[in-house]
Amino acid sequence: MNIVVCVKYVPDAQADRTFNEADNTTDRDGVEGLLSEIDEYAVEEALKIAESGEGEVTVVTVGPEQALDAVKKALQMGADKGVHVSDEAIHGSDAAATSLILAEAVKKAAGGENPDLVLMGMSSTDGVMGVVPAMVAERLGLPQVTYASELTVDGQGLKIRRDGDAASETIESSLPALVSVTDQINEPRYPSFKGIMAAKKKPVETWTLADLGVDAGQVGLDAAWTTVTSFAKRPPREQGQIVTDEGDGGAKLAEFLSAQKFL
Amino acid sequence: MAEVLVLVDHVDGKVRKSTAELLTIARRLGEPSAVHIGPGAETAQVTLAKYGAEKVYTFDAPEALEYLVAPQAEVLAALVEKTSPVAVLIPSNSAGKEIAGRLGIKTNSGVITDAVDVTAGGEGVETTQSVFAGSYTVKATVNQGTAIVAVKPNSVAIEAAPAAGTVEAVDVTVSDAAKAAKIVESKPKEATGRPELTEAAIVVSGGRGTGGDFGPVEEFADSLGAAVGASRAAVDAGWYPHSNQVGQTGKQVSPQLYVAAGISGAIQHRAGMQTSKTIVAVNKDEEAPIFELVDFGVVGDLFTVLPQATEAVKKAKG
Repeated sequence: MNIVVCVKYVPDAQADRTFNEADNTTDRDGVEGLLSEIDEYAVEEALKIAESGEGEVTVVTVGPEQALDAVKKALQMGADKGVHVSDEAIHGSDAAATSLILAEAVKKAAGGENPDLVLMGMSSTDGVMGVVPAMVAERLGLPQVTYASELTVDGQGLKIRRDGDAASETIESSLPALVSVTDQINEPRYPSFKGIMAAKKKPVETWTLADLGVDAGQVGLDAAWTTVTSFAKRPPREQGQIVTDEGDGGAKLAEFLSAQKFL
Repeated sequence: MAEVLVLVDHVDGKVRKSTAELLTIARRLGEPSAVHIGPGAETAQVTLAKYGAEKVYTFDAPEALEYLVAPQAEVLAALVEKTSPVAVLIPSNSAGKEIAGRLGIKTNSGVITDAVDVTAGGEGVETTQSVFAGSYTVKATVNQGTAIVAVKPNSVAIEAAPAAGTVEAVDVTVSDAAKAAKIVESKPKEATGRPELTEAAIVVSGGRGTGGDFGPVEEFADSLGAAVGASRAAVDAGWYPHSNQVGQTGKQVSPQLYVAAGISGAIQHRAGMQTSKTIVAVNKDEEAPIFELVDFGVVGDLFTVLPQATEAVKKAKG
C-alpha cells in the first residue's frame, strides 16, 4: 500500500505567535516551529498501516526552508521518504493555493497518480481552519473521509469511526481515498535513537513549483483568493478577582454570577 | 438586491439557532436565501421565513445526507452558478467548513472560516476572525469569486424579520464521485437535555481535577442551563467524549460565560475558550495559568466549591 502523509510545519503554539507587519502573513521566521501536533497522529497511523502489511510511507510538506524539520521528524518516526516543496513564490499562499500545491505534490510523489491512501491531520495548529483535507480531496477527486478516530484499511476499502456532535458515525469508502485524523486515533511514537540515525540516510526530495507544473502566478500572496486586511493584538484581559475558598468559595462564586446577571 | 445563500443547519427540519444568526447576518449583505438540504423543509420554512429568508431552496434526495459533505457542496455549487450570490454563509462547524472548502475549489472562490463577524465592505464582504488562541483579531476580505464564509455560532444576536420564504426545489443530480464516503451507521448520542456545546450561552467544563467524576460539573451546568465541556486531559483519560472536548484539537467555544473546573489552562485548552465573554475558574492550584484569564477565580477544591455554588444558584433562581 502506497501511503502519502501531508504534514505542516507551524509556529510553536507555546511561543508568542504573531504576524509580519509588511504583508499581514503569519510570522514563520521569528518563532520556533515544529511539526504540527495533529499531523503526528497522521504519521503514526500511516506507519501502523504500513507495518501491518506491505507499504511505503511518503511524507510531503509545503513551506519555507525550515519546514524541512517537519519532514525530518516524520522520517525519524519511521516514514520511508520525504518531499519538501519549497519555492519563494509560495509565501503568503492561502488554503486554496496550498491545497493546489499539495494535490500536485501528492500525485507526483505517487508516480503521477493518486496513491492508495492520503493521510492528513484534521487541521493545523496555526491556521486551524480544517479545510485543506476537503480541498485536497476535491482537487484529487478522492473520497473524503474526515475526522477519523479509528481507521481500518483492507485491500478493497476502508472504514472509519468518528465522534460527531449528534452521533457516532461509521463511514465506509473505497480506495484510493483521503482520510483526516483526530488526536483520538492513536498515540504517536517518539523517535527512537535508531530512528533518528536511520532518518539521516532516508531520501528527501526538494521540489519547486516548476517541478510540479504549478504556475507561480496561481499561488502566493498576490494570487490568494482571500486577503488579511489587518491584524490587531487583543488587549490582555484585566486581572480578575481571585478568592481563596474558606468554606464560602461556592457561595462567592454564585454571588459573582448573580452580580453579572447570569442568574 | 443580490441574493445571499445561507446553508441551513438542521435536524429533520428543526432549525438550529446558528442558522437564524446566519440569516440575521445575511440581511446586512443582501437578500437572504436559505438552502435546506435533507428532509423537513416544510417545518424549517416557517423558521427560515421568520428570520428573513425571501427564498428557501430545497434539496431532499436521500443521497444528500447519506454521504459526507461532497453532495452538499455540489448542491451549493449549482446554486452559486444559478444565482450569482454576493456571499454564501455556512455554519463554521467541522462539516460546514469542509463544505465551504470544497465549494471554494469548485467555484474558484475564496473561503474564510471561523468568522465572528461579517459586514458589507470594500468590494464585497469583510470578515473578522479571532486567531492564535484568541490573542489576535484579524480582518479579511475575499477577492476572488463568491465570498464563502463559515461563521461561528454565537457571533450575533438573532433578530426576527419576517420575509416571504418562497420554497423552490433545486434540480441537481449528485455525481457518482460525490457518492464515495458513505455513512453506513450513525448512533445518535444519548440525549442529555443540555444545549449544544458551541451554541450554548454558558459552558461549564471539567478537567484533570475532576479525577474522572464529572458529577459536580454536570450538576453545576444543569443549575445554570449550561452545556458541559471537557479538557483534553479529561477526554484522553476516557472520562468524557471527544465531541465535548474544548480546545485546539476539539471545539472552539465563545459563550457569554465559561466556567473551567479543575482545568489548568494550557494553551491547548485556551485556544478553545479564550474568546468567551466572562471566564470563571475553580482550581486547587493557585499557580494554574487559567487564573491569568479569569474574571473571577476560586482557589479551592471543585468537589466542595461547585456543589455549594450549585445550591446557591438553585436557591437564587428559586
